[in-house]
Amino acid sequence: MEVWRSGPWPWYLAGPLIGLFVPALMLVGNKGFGISSNLRHICSAVVPGGIKYFQYDWKKTGLWNLLFLGGVFAGGFLASHWGTPHDVAISEQTRVALMKLGIHDFSGVAPHEIFNWHALLTLRGFVSVIVGGFLVGFGTAYAGGCTSGHAISGLANFQLPSLIAVLGFFAGGLLATFFLLPLLFRV
Amino acid sequence: MTMTPPIATTPLDQQKSSPASLTVYLLLGIAFGVVLTKSEVLSWFRIQEMFRFQSFRMYGIIGSAIAIAAISLALIKRAGLKSVSGESISIPEKMLGHGVRYALGGTIFGLGWALTGACPGPLFALVGNGITVMLAAVLSALVGTWVYGSVRSRLPH
Repeated sequence: MEVWRSGPWPWYLAGPLIGLFVPALMLVGNKGFGISSNLRHICSAVVPGGIKYFQYDWKKTGLWNLLFLGGVFAGGFLASHWGTPHDVAISEQTRVALMKLGIHDFSGVAPHEIFNWHALLTLRGFVSVIVGGFLVGFGTAYAGGCTSGHAISGLANFQLPSLIAVLGFFAGGLLATFFLLPLLFRV
Repeated sequence: MTMTPPIATTPLDQQKSSPASLTVYLLLGIAFGVVLTKSEVLSWFRIQEMFRFQSFRMYGIIGSAIAIAAISLALIKRAGLKSVSGESISIPEKMLGHGVRYALGGTIFGLGWALTGACPGPLFALVGNGITVMLAAVLSALVGTWVYGSVRSRLPH
């Protein structure tokens, strides 16, 4: 049972566990596993603004998913207080590449130099958090899904649209990693 | 009259959930938040390692998740199972259309995924992990979704 207590879990435990959320949600209430729909539900609940895309019964459609999302937040809180925190043991090559980009602090799950409130006033902090967040919200709404909806549930159901979306995820991710980050972090 | 593209991959005509099942969704969400944290898939460092192809780990996680989900879905279909709520299980097909929304939207999301180091689930789990600045990323993501909603009719889908 040591594997459950000490972090991180190996990929062959974590991956199958993530996959099981697809049948679990189907069996509980015929629900599709997809996190990004919640962004739409929250907009619909808070600022529908007369926009047709947000005119629907978000409680009926999305209350279950919003509760799931609340759980994700709570689960993140619980797990981070459970066991001793470890640095993320990334490969040596990645560490070297990130040091070249000017990352010095490898403690925690995200580089503290970029992901803190004060860093929002720096170019790299602002682009990583604010611009990045905007692109996540816009892109997932446009694509109709994120990693959970397209990469996992969609590909597991052999959906061509999801394959196109996932290729897009990687095209965008590679573009940001190899072109945007060097521009941003070296200035 | 212009053709409006299909608006969601989630069917909008689902039945209202019972309080008992709503509790189950909350508990499943908690479990998912724990898995996202203990697997480190919410880590910016892991996402960088993945996009640089410097470790098998993330590919192993996503690949085995897809495999397990696919096998489970196939078994559910074959057995013709109903959900606990009594509905017959239907897995909606995603409409391809011109496919532009998937390619373009997917690429836009991918840019954001690498910049923030987080997809939507991890964004919320990171706030739970105490990276409170991710609240700003969540707010910005909401603005992004709202802007999509407002310009949607003018975008190619």
